[in-house]
Amino acid sequence: MGDYAIIIETVIKAVVVLAVVAGMAAFATFIERKVLAFMQRRLGPMNVGPHGVLQLAADGIKLFTKEDLIPQLAVKPIFKIAPVIAPACAFTAMAAVPFFPQFTVFGYTITPIISDINIGILFVMGVASAGMYAPLLAGMSSTNKWALLGAARTVVQLLSFEVVSGLALLSPIMMIGSLSLIDINDYQIGGFTSWLVWQQPLAFLLFVIAGFAETNRTPFDLIEYEAEIVSGYATDYSGMRWGLFFVGEYANMITVSFLVSIVFLGGYNPLWIIPGGIMILLKISAFIFLFLWVRAAWPHIRPDQMMQLCWKILMPLALINILLTGIVNI
Amino acid sequence: MSLEQFSKRDATPGYIYYNAEKTPKTSWEFFKRAFSRSIKGELFVGLWIVLREMFAKGNTHTVSYPQEKLEMGPRYRAIHKLLRLQESGSERCIGCGLCEKICISNCIRMETKIDENSRKEVSQYTINFGRCIFCGYCAEVCPELAIVHGSDYENASEQRSSFGLKEDMLTPLDDFKANKQQEFPGFGALSPDADSFVKKTPLAY
Repeated sequence: MGDYAIIIETVIKAVVVLAVVAGMAAFATFIERKVLAFMQRRLGPMNVGPHGVLQLAADGIKLFTKEDLIPQLAVKPIFKIAPVIAPACAFTAMAAVPFFPQFTVFGYTITPIISDINIGILFVMGVASAGMYAPLLAGMSSTNKWALLGAARTVVQLLSFEVVSGLALLSPIMMIGSLSLIDINDYQIGGFTSWLVWQQPLAFLLFVIAGFAETNRTPFDLIEYEAEIVSGYATDYSGMRWGLFFVGEYANMITVSFLVSIVFLGGYNPLWIIPGGIMILLKISAFIFLFLWVRAAWPHIRPDQMMQLCWKILMPLALINILLTGIVNI
Repeated sequence: MSLEQFSKRDATPGYIYYNAEKTPKTSWEFFKRAFSRSIKGELFVGLWIVLREMFAKGNTHTVSYPQEKLEMGPRYRAIHKLLRLQESGSERCIGCGLCEKICISNCIRMETKIDENSRKEVSQYTINFGRCIFCGYCAEVCPELAIVHGSDYENASEQRSSFGLKEDMLTPLDDFKANKQQEFPGFGALSPDADSFVKKTPLAY
């Protein structure tokens, strides 16, 4: 009986996470358009619904009903499967992310994490990086030069940021001694001053930069940069297949925001009178806003600059950080 | 001017030279540049500027178009209008055909005949707006200020021939009688000091 209960509970959690995060991702597109518009002295979507709130619905209808074009010379099975990889990986990564502190409903204690595995952070990082197969396969299968360039840049980007994000995470993990995100969160239970960002500011900075690269956000959006390679890997996609890439990107943004909040910013621990659930929502909102803010303000960098930044500057810094952490915690 | 003089000319007055930073040569200079750029905080200036614009009130530049419309300047060249004479209300167009001649995209066509008062009358006047490039020559050449450019830029229609027929462009008589035809200040109109340019025809020869 107990086995069945846990299966049902997991399925319900998975469905809830899928639905809520997909909804958040869709809403994030609206927020992005609005915030970017205000920062650029525009109004953004205004006509569908009050202040354009229902623009999401209009976009959704458009994406679902648009003709699904597949280029004649594309490698069709891969072309068709590639967009599914992006959201699939993004949502799979969320399986090991604890979203909220545990709470009790009708005497039944719920831990809002689908699976508390003891290598949580490794799993999240690994699966989220596997999501890079989506642009890679999409670009290579669509027999289009822009798409191929986008795919090549995907590999460049993956090789660059993955080293930095892994090494940056290593030093907090060395201090905590556990890869489980719940343990990492509980390590910072002592309030504002126990947040890891105060002890690991450099690792925090490096991980945020790598997070921007991982989610293809603006300073590092070289795999689909319009001015250079039209739309990169997504040039040949239309309709909902293209939309799936988008859902994956925004779900990834939310995952990275959760990771940064849990590892460095005290996670879902309550602060003063603010309960933990609200705290983590505030933190990830702030991070999503940071993603949009940076997109409005900063130009994007070339692939060679990206590699230079990651390999020549950030990776040595991460190594120094690990060394210092090791010496201090010896 | 010989080529030597030409290439030696001094462009200094009026030019402001920008002291760009020197391209580093040695690896130590490269390191210094990278370091100074890293701590300069220019990126945060950018962040601050967009944030300031986000919270500044009422500085949006958007015109929510169907509800609000920009007022076009008087010299804007949109769909043409044919005007009537202020006093009598008859058409200003005398059928001289200058606009038809000058039109560089050959889109104006007019047919004229002699009416019962043995005056020249324009029986048909059409502009093919599929070809018109809105150069404004017709309005400029018109001796009677009959054809002018209006400011009505919303010219989507179901028919290709819309807006281009004489009855579309000519001021309707009802509007004219209601005094709605405005003397046109825009393209092809006389300037306010036009009278001062009028000269006596030289008869010396």
